[in-house]
Amino acid sequence: MRRALTLAALALLPVAVLGVFFVLPVSGMLARGFWPDGSFDPGGVISVLGRPRVHRVLWFTVWSASVATVVSVLLGLPAAHALHRREFPGRRVLRAALLVPFVLPTVVVGVAFRELLGESGPLGFLGLDGTPVAIVAGLVFFNVAVVIRAVGASWESLDQRPADAAAALGASPAQVFRTVTLPALRPAIVSAASVVFLFCATAFGVVLTLGGLRYSSVETEIYLLTTNLLDLQGAAALSVLQLVAVVALLLVAGRLRAVPDPSVSRVLPRPRRLSRQDWPGAMATLLLVVLVALPIGTLVLGSLQVEGSGWGLGNYRALTTRGTHQALLVPVTDALVTSLRTAVDATWMSLSLGLLVAVVVTRRSRSRAERRVRATLDGFFMLPLGVSAVTLGFGFLITLDHPPLELRDSPLLVPIAQALVALPLVVRTIVPVLSGVDDRQRQAAASLGAGPLRAVLTVDLPVVWKPLLAASGFAFAASLGEFGATSFLARDEHPTVPVVIFRLIGHPGPMNYGMALAASVVLAATTAVVMLVVERLRVPSVGAF
Amino acid sequence: MKSSRALAAICTVLLVPVLGSCSVIGEGDDSPATTAAGKIKDVVLVTHDSFFLPKKVVKDFEAQTGYHLVVKASGDGGTLTNKLVLTKDDPTGDVAFGVDNTFASRALDEGVFAPYSFDAPAGVSAYDLPGDDDHALTPVDNGNVCVNVDDTWFKAHDLAEPRTLDDLTDPAYQDLFVLPGAATSSTGMAFLLATVSAYGDAWPDYWKKLMDNGARVTAGWSDAYEVDFTQGGGKGDRPIVLSYDSSPAFTVPKGATASTTHALLDTCFRQVEYAGVLDGAANVPGAEAFVRFLTSSEVQEALPESMYVFPVVDGTSLPADWASYAMQPDQPYSVDPADVAAHRDEWLREWSDVTSQ
Repeated sequence: MRRALTLAALALLPVAVLGVFFVLPVSGMLARGFWPDGSFDPGGVISVLGRPRVHRVLWFTVWSASVATVVSVLLGLPAAHALHRREFPGRRVLRAALLVPFVLPTVVVGVAFRELLGESGPLGFLGLDGTPVAIVAGLVFFNVAVVIRAVGASWESLDQRPADAAAALGASPAQVFRTVTLPALRPAIVSAASVVFLFCATAFGVVLTLGGLRYSSVETEIYLLTTNLLDLQGAAALSVLQLVAVVALLLVAGRLRAVPDPSVSRVLPRPRRLSRQDWPGAMATLLLVVLVALPIGTLVLGSLQVEGSGWGLGNYRALTTRGTHQALLVPVTDALVTSLRTAVDATWMSLSLGLLVAVVVTRRSRSRAERRVRATLDGFFMLPLGVSAVTLGFGFLITLDHPPLELRDSPLLVPIAQALVALPLVVRTIVPVLSGVDDRQRQAAASLGAGPLRAVLTVDLPVVWKPLLAASGFAFAASLGEFGATSFLARDEHPTVPVVIFRLIGHPGPMNYGMALAASVVLAATTAVVMLVVERLRVPSVGAF
Repeated sequence: MKSSRALAAICTVLLVPVLGSCSVIGEGDDSPATTAAGKIKDVVLVTHDSFFLPKKVVKDFEAQTGYHLVVKASGDGGTLTNKLVLTKDDPTGDVAFGVDNTFASRALDEGVFAPYSFDAPAGVSAYDLPGDDDHALTPVDNGNVCVNVDDTWFKAHDLAEPRTLDDLTDPAYQDLFVLPGAATSSTGMAFLLATVSAYGDAWPDYWKKLMDNGARVTAGWSDAYEVDFTQGGGKGDRPIVLSYDSSPAFTVPKGATASTTHALLDTCFRQVEYAGVLDGAANVPGAEAFVRFLTSSEVQEALPESMYVFPVVDGTSLPADWASYAMQPDQPYSVDPADVAAHRDEWLREWSDVTSQ
């Protein structure tokens, strides 16, 4: 009974937050679709699902997201190994740099990709512009960081000794990886892959810009139905479909994640130097770096070209202005301050919520019912990834408009929405590590006289510290780059950087395009610097608590 | 080891208060709600994200009327309209600006706006929305979506420029045209309506010919103009682009006396943007004052520079480079807003079928 109460108490806050800021708005929008004129009409919604176009859209979504997830994992694993298990100069910088794509505004990256792949671009001869290959490449570009960071955080503290023992007994490196390392990493890989899949399946700007309107995903279709046609029945049908698919995915991922004995022996990491047998992994990492660097390079080069006067830093100097013909209400530099402040809030919100959730779902269950409750909660907090930003945005408008929930105009709405986007990333980074902690260690600590707090400090904190920093980096980056919900909720006088970039790129004027590129580069550099600081903060002595 | 430990500790200690002070929490609502006399001070304007007026102009409004203007902008004209429709029972503001003639009927049908008419300056009524008998919407600005061409490119390639919609399907202009799509951009939607107006029920045939002639359809205006257009920021490879009648004013090189592009005035569709008082507004007098202010000479003169559109009031003076480079068509295409409201979905669906084959 006491266990149940503790569970309920810990889960109360996150569930309440998600209830108000996710369940309520989304169900408000769904209700508009199911009750079009005040009377319940489920038939209209169901008939939408029979449209051949919906089937095409659904198939394309599943196909492109699956391919992009597989590619992200294949490219991300070697990089996670090289960057988190091996020591070489520049490792931290590279680790920070590879998180950069995650924050870049999709509209700018879409444009950079198109400049790269377009008819007259450097890679134009490949003929990829407007093809599904370009869409998949764009999705991988954005999401490979998730695999590297989430799997890397788990891999880093993995005990090397079982692998060494297997190698000493004559196992080849491939055998060691398959039989020892991979099983231990499986929860982290499946966690990362499920997040990547959700991000890919709900990607909006990438599909729209790189697909050239020929390809539509469920997400872009919901957007078009809602904002262009105001076909709320259609949008509701697709939203329900999306939610059902997400729940199914989470069930499958939960099964795959489960291992007979989740506890893994963890040690303080001692990264080794690169050795000769690491070269395949190093090559794969190098390939990834090139793939990521190409579009970013296009952006940087573009930002250094000043309209009418050749190369120079004019676009960067212009960031303190409001753009040609005053395209902006505030200079980009002001927006950067707003972005950083918002990201701080979003980070602490998602970290504290995420930590609560992770603790709740990883404690060993004593009964089948308890396990089921924990698994359901685990899935519940992933749901925000599976819902379209436009559904959520319109939902905010129509549901949070009267007391006691009159939150439509609250300045906190933006960081809260961003925290919800980051929450699954935080949870999925911490949970695999936390569930790898053997509960007997906590029991041992308790039997030696440690109180619950002290048990957490000595047993959980040493292994969870690094993933926590990885997660905070994620949350911060996710907040800096978030556009969909932010553009819907941000107040005019306090826009974030992605919002002003979107505005710049949509306004004619000689400097505005260059300024949009320069602002993107500044956003990327800011993220990299913040990530480096986070890396530096990894306190090496935490085991001595 | 020891020094790095100390460093980490110092960093942590320093960082915590820094983080604390750079949060948005505590940044209170800076809007005083009412004056002592009980008059509501704030006028809340709901608009699209292209809305912009110089600070001085806004200050003048506040000085003249005693109201404080609060601007809430997000999304394009379509998102704005749908936002207004969805929140019509409990509007998010007092007054709306930016609903255009391709979306206005939907807002009127749903009863978003409360009728309000006043003695508008000369010229405004020429832009009234057909069918708006109660006068719920006041015209504020107008602009045209027109095909633009890169003059330097055509000169360099010794090719005569296209002039009409029909010309665009001429094999001489194969693979030269780029335009944003109707389903994802309001610019593209306006061009679709231009072809509906020009060809009637035969418009899908025109689009088939257009696509067969290698027209490229992108998701949005920035994609078409900045990536694919030869005069855009990305220096693309297509010299014909769908943009606005005002765009040539933005392609005048520094120190030059001529623009490098011009708009094809026989391909234009006119967009008019309206303002209106929201039904259920908390501050009706403030909302009405703002609608009147939008038709004042001060705002009308600021429109070209701040929102790239033309004024609707007769005799408003234009900026110097606008008067010489940004031409307006005499006879733009138009479609009855009621027709747009009735057929929008059907047209868009058919358009998607034709362009994605």
